[in-house]
Amino acid sequence: MKGNEAIAEAAIRAGAEGYFCYPITPQSEVAEYLTKRMPEVGGVFLQGESEVAVGNMLFGAASTGKRVFTTSSSPGISLMQESISYMAGAHLPAVLVNIMRGGPGLGGILPAQSDYFQAVKGGGHGDYRLLVLAPSTVQEAVDLMMLSFDLADKYRNPVMMIGDGMIGQMMEAVEFPEEKEIKRNNPDESDWAVNGAKDRKPRIIKSLFLDPHQLEDNSWLLDDKYEQMKREEVRYELYKVNAKNKLLIVSYGTMARICQTVIDELESEGISVGLFRPITLYPYPMKELKKEAVKKNIKTVLTVEMSTAQMLEDVERSILGKKQIEFFGRTGGIVPTPDEVKSKVLELIKPKKKAKTSEKKKRGKNVK
Amino acid sequence: MEQYEVTFAGFGGQGIMTAGQLLAYSGIKEGKQVAWMPSYGPEMRGGTAYCTVVISDKRIGSPVVTNPKCICVFNRPSFDKFGPIVKPGGLFIVNSSLINVVSDRKDFTQFLVPGNEMALMAGNAKATNVVILGAFVGASNVVKLETVTETLKEKLGKKKDMLELNLRVLKEGYDLALETLGQKDSV
Repeated sequence: MKGNEAIAEAAIRAGAEGYFCYPITPQSEVAEYLTKRMPEVGGVFLQGESEVAVGNMLFGAASTGKRVFTTSSSPGISLMQESISYMAGAHLPAVLVNIMRGGPGLGGILPAQSDYFQAVKGGGHGDYRLLVLAPSTVQEAVDLMMLSFDLADKYRNPVMMIGDGMIGQMMEAVEFPEEKEIKRNNPDESDWAVNGAKDRKPRIIKSLFLDPHQLEDNSWLLDDKYEQMKREEVRYELYKVNAKNKLLIVSYGTMARICQTVIDELESEGISVGLFRPITLYPYPMKELKKEAVKKNIKTVLTVEMSTAQMLEDVERSILGKKQIEFFGRTGGIVPTPDEVKSKVLELIKPKKKAKTSEKKKRGKNVK
Repeated sequence: MEQYEVTFAGFGGQGIMTAGQLLAYSGIKEGKQVAWMPSYGPEMRGGTAYCTVVISDKRIGSPVVTNPKCICVFNRPSFDKFGPIVKPGGLFIVNSSLINVVSDRKDFTQFLVPGNEMALMAGNAKATNVVILGAFVGASNVVKLETVTETLKEKLGKKKDMLELNLRVLKEGYDLALETLGQKDSV
């Protein structure tokens, strides 16, 4: 199945009942697939007049306690930031998928990972966070999409899954879990959803607190949830990490798969490199990365991204100067080839007398 | 089986994506790991289109391949673009109906298939992609002919005429590969 279609089907299997969208490359197939599939399960498919409208539709529908989601790509997600902030402030569960393309601005339509900051550090205003997941295969996109709905419900907070254009366009074999029984409380019985106030007191869903004490309380309440996420939701994967590794690559999403190929090739040449792949970008696996990175055998940590170094900041924050950290990235829709990454690794492992650093964007940081 | 990568390239409308998908479905059917990756970008009608299929017994890393083991080119622009990047020792399948030149590289196997003519003889030039797919399967043995036949039956089951024609040209492409390149046991 194509990544975009797999994401759409996963949402249906997870019990999504509302999908709001505005088409944008490279994720339009999600909507195309759901025009047919959503009515089959009795759900709502609605194409808004803009992404701003879609964001607000999502806010409204999420308020009723139904499982709702949207998918878009970078510029579209930017337009939804206001609603995302409002949903976080009002403790609403919703799932958003960003199939990232090159930016900033209208950018291009080719794959990129340059919305890391927006997703992880908050693109909207206020003291809020999104729980951010990053799949690297189509199968993982399915698994994480289904998980996203559970996590959104668990924390009553928007969850965002980010993939680059490749995840959306690529076709791989996928298996859907057996018709899973949706473990969730019936929204009609929840104590917050607005779904008709007959025989009970009306409820209000809002993110406006004019009394600063109330607003502060709400922000700390949000913060408690984020602390809980840090304890319970950290996910990552290690690939060929062992005591022989000279270098540790940190990379996520499709980029991590390209690094896997590099690692396999280097292994066959007798050079041992490991990969640390964060699956949750927020909460970031800081402790876990630090644990692997500070091991004696690791000389250098190399962050590889399809951006001009965004996740690098979290890698630095995790390792706190205990190792040399280097960066390699391409952006704007250029996907680094395995060969490019490999030569960067070789350059770091077998340093030549003075490597030219000016030719391409090679941002090296020596942290002492 | 080692990992195998193949790129199909041609004009939009030549069934490039479909050829790759048929191969990908067949690989999945044989229980292999498969990744199908289309070129996507601001393309226009008549522009180039290509897709890459990676088939392996093991977990597939990069879906982006710099030097695929095999490239099937359907038109001249693709010939020029992809000829130089076939992996040394690999296979270069050329649709000689539309490409009247040959590569002067000596470090790979070049296999000329008059795809459009064979499809036209069989009754429909649109089946060129399946001729080339048949030739690829015959030349590479990455999946079995029977599996691709099964896949075609599933995809075209309802269109009896189309199915019959496609199965015929698939076999013709396959046979041409065996005649030209000889029987191979495996890749």
